[in-house]
Amino acid sequence: MTWRERVMDVLSHVADPEIPVVSVVDLGIVRAVKDDPKSVVITTTYSGCPATQVITSDIRKALDEAALNDVKIEIALSPPWTTDWITEAGRDKLKAYGIAPPPRGSGAPGLKNAQPATCPRCGSIKTREVSRFGSTPCKALWQCETCREPFDRFKCH
Amino acid sequence: MTANEALFDYTLRLGDDALILSQRLGEWCGHAPALEADLSLTNVALDLIGQATLFLTYAGEIEGKGRDADKLAFHRDVNKFRNSLLVEQPNGDFGRTIARQFIFSTYQRALYQELMRSSDPRLAEIAAKALKETTYHAELAAEWVVRLGDGTEESHERVEDGFEWCWRFVEELFTAEPADAGLISAGIAVDPAKLRASFDATLAATFAEATLALPKYPRPVTGGRKGHHSEHLGHLLAEMQFLPRAYPDAVW
Repeated sequence: MTWRERVMDVLSHVADPEIPVVSVVDLGIVRAVKDDPKSVVITTTYSGCPATQVITSDIRKALDEAALNDVKIEIALSPPWTTDWITEAGRDKLKAYGIAPPPRGSGAPGLKNAQPATCPRCGSIKTREVSRFGSTPCKALWQCETCREPFDRFKCH
Repeated sequence: MTANEALFDYTLRLGDDALILSQRLGEWCGHAPALEADLSLTNVALDLIGQATLFLTYAGEIEGKGRDADKLAFHRDVNKFRNSLLVEQPNGDFGRTIARQFIFSTYQRALYQELMRSSDPRLAEIAAKALKETTYHAELAAEWVVRLGDGTEESHERVEDGFEWCWRFVEELFTAEPADAGLISAGIAVDPAKLRASFDATLAATFAEATLALPKYPRPVTGGRKGHHSEHLGHLLAEMQFLPRAYPDAVW
């Protein structure tokens, strides 16, 4: 395993504190691994997301435990994170966890007219948005009209 | 004012608008008319506090006196704040809060759309990131304006009253400070007067859908950008700043 692969392997085991089924790599917030000087570049999801501080300290801890304590963590704002960077594996994990993955195409104008979510439980597309804002900045509250289950949908961002 | 001082002042204004409105919206936590509205307003507050942190951190670096975002937020007196008068106004009822949010988020979205092209890379990247969040805020507020305006007689009247109250503070958002001239010509700052057309267009479209009549223009009230605030800001700061001022060494 190369040094870079080792770092990525460590990061792929650092879970998002709010949605522990996905890792920081799945979320697409790891932007680069540089070897000169040794650093990991991460970006934030939402400007005010309280998970950011926890994520930074969790990455630090994981790197230290893997004897990679010489690797620095840098935070970059640009280009801004988009839900299009969530990996395919990440989208599948969200769905299995009961969270509908975000619609693709974050740059598309008119968030208002986003496609209906597919119910992560029964697969129906007869769903409705209950609230654009949910339990974390990245999720909206939806309900399935077919199985009546409420569910979270990752917001297009 | 030197160019550096002007940039500090400009960045402070961006941060203070977000910070003070965030604090106001936080007051709704546990008090909004429905759980969904409660979640929405506090989520907006959270986004704004993130934006405030980014702008105030940068302001502190521009100033170069070792002040970080916390120092600027918690250890500054009322006359040193540069937020607009609109954002410091008390929440009033839900109708007034929604009117204030619609005015502010519509303005802020137009502002960030321009600021993301600033020749100052730091301001540009903060704006590009924040724009995604603010787009949601502006849509949320517009949907509520329609729902209240085109709702019951009572909700129509309340949101109308809300706009009437807030309207005197609109002009300030679209007025540049004299010290901005250099920043605007250098492509660093946005000339707020240029945002007015887009704001007016969104307002007219939303008001038509909401069956609301455009508010009559009262005499505008300004002064926040110069530190001349209404009495409400001092009370807000007394609550917001109490803990770090009383216990300056407190840590999480």
